[in-house]
Amino acid sequence: MKANWKLLVENSMDGYHAIPTHQRFFNQYLADIGMDTASWAGPNRIQGIGLALGGGHAVIENRARALPITGTAKGELERIRARLVERVGPERAHRIADYSRNLFIFPNLILISSWHTIRTFYPLAPDYMEIDAWANLPRGESAELRQRRFENFISFLGPAGFGTPDDVYALEGCQRGFAAWRELSWSDISRGMGRDQPSSQDELQMRAFWRRWHALIQGLRGPTDCSDRLEQRAAAE
Amino acid sequence: MAEDAAPFTVGEIERFLIDEAALLDEWRLEEWLTLMAPDARYLVPPLDMPDADHRATLFLIADDRRTLASRVRQLLSGTTWAENPRSRTRRLITNVRLLATDGSEARATANFAVWRFQHEASDVYVGRYLHILVRGPSGLLFRERRAVLDLETLRPHGKLSFIL
Repeated sequence: MKANWKLLVENSMDGYHAIPTHQRFFNQYLADIGMDTASWAGPNRIQGIGLALGGGHAVIENRARALPITGTAKGELERIRARLVERVGPERAHRIADYSRNLFIFPNLILISSWHTIRTFYPLAPDYMEIDAWANLPRGESAELRQRRFENFISFLGPAGFGTPDDVYALEGCQRGFAAWRELSWSDISRGMGRDQPSSQDELQMRAFWRRWHALIQGLRGPTDCSDRLEQRAAAE
Repeated sequence: MAEDAAPFTVGEIERFLIDEAALLDEWRLEEWLTLMAPDARYLVPPLDMPDADHRATLFLIADDRRTLASRVRQLLSGTTWAENPRSRTRRLITNVRLLATDGSEARATANFAVWRFQHEASDVYVGRYLHILVRGPSGLLFRERRAVLDLETLRPHGKLSFIL
C-alpha cells in the first residue's frame, strides 16, 4: 500500500470510518444479500468502547453485528455457541461469542475477531508498506461451513473484497494529503478526549498508539500509561 | 436444428470476448452483467494457486451471480470510493482457443492484458481467462469466468477494485 504504516494502525482499530468508507458493504452488499443492516448504521446502530491497554496497546470492543456468515451459517454458528456455553459457562461464552474486538498490539500487529484475521505490516519507505494478513479457520469443520467462512472473509477483505480496496484508496488519499504537511502539520485525533469512557467511534485507541510511538521516537522512557488521563489531569490543573 | 446445437467456433467466441471487453472498458457494467448466465460464477484464484477450487481455497474473488450483480451495483453507485472516479482501463484480448465442447457448452481460453490508470499510476494485469460458455436466447453467455493472473504479487497497487 502506498501509505505510511501508521495510517494502517489507525485504520485497523477505527470505528468511525467504517460506515462512510464502507457504504458499499454496509448499505449495499449486506442489503443485497438480505441482511438487516440496523446493527451497523442508523439510529439503533451498536456502539462499543475504546480502551488504552498500556504500552501503546489498545482495543475497540463492540457487540457482534450482522455479517454475511451470520446469515449463511446461522444454524452452525448457533451450535458452535452452544458447545462454547457447555465448555466455559454462559457468562464467559457471552464475552467470547457476542462481542467483536479489534485488538492492537504495539507497534504493528492487529487481531480482528469478527473477520478471524491477523494482520501485520512493515514500512519499506515513509510512503509505502507491505501487509501480511491471514484468515484463520477452525479445524475439523464441514466443507460447507469452511466455504461459508471463505465467502464471508472475501466479501470484505482482501484485494478484491467490498471493504479493503476502499481502505487502500482512503489511506493512499490521506498519504497524498499529508504531502502538504509544511502547511498543515497536525492530524487531529482528539475525538472523544473529554469522555470518561470513549466509545469505539472515538479515537482514544489511536492516541494510545501515538503517545507510545512518540515517546519511543523521542527517546523518552514513558508514557506506558497511554490513556487520556495525563491530558485530563493537565487540563484540570 | 435447435439453436443450442449450433457448433461453437473460435471466431464466434473471439468476437464475443472482444465485444464484452469493450463493455467493461466503457464501464457499461449493467449490459455486461446480462452476459452472465443465471448460474454464472466469476472467479479470480489466488496468485500462487491458479488451479485451486474456490470451494476449498481462499480466492481473491469467488462471486456467484447474486454477488456479482451486487458488485456491479456497488461499482455504479458512486460510493465505491476505490472506483470513484473510476479507473481508466484498456483490455487486449488475444490467443483465443477452444479447448473443448460438448455441443451445449464450450470451454475456451484467451490471454488478457488490462492496463489500468488511476491517480497518475499505471498498472498492468496480465493473465488468461478460462471460460465456460453456453448459448442464451440472443447469443453466448458466461457460465464461468475464471481470470488467472500471471502476476507474482499484486504490488504495488495492492487491490483489484474493477472487473477483470
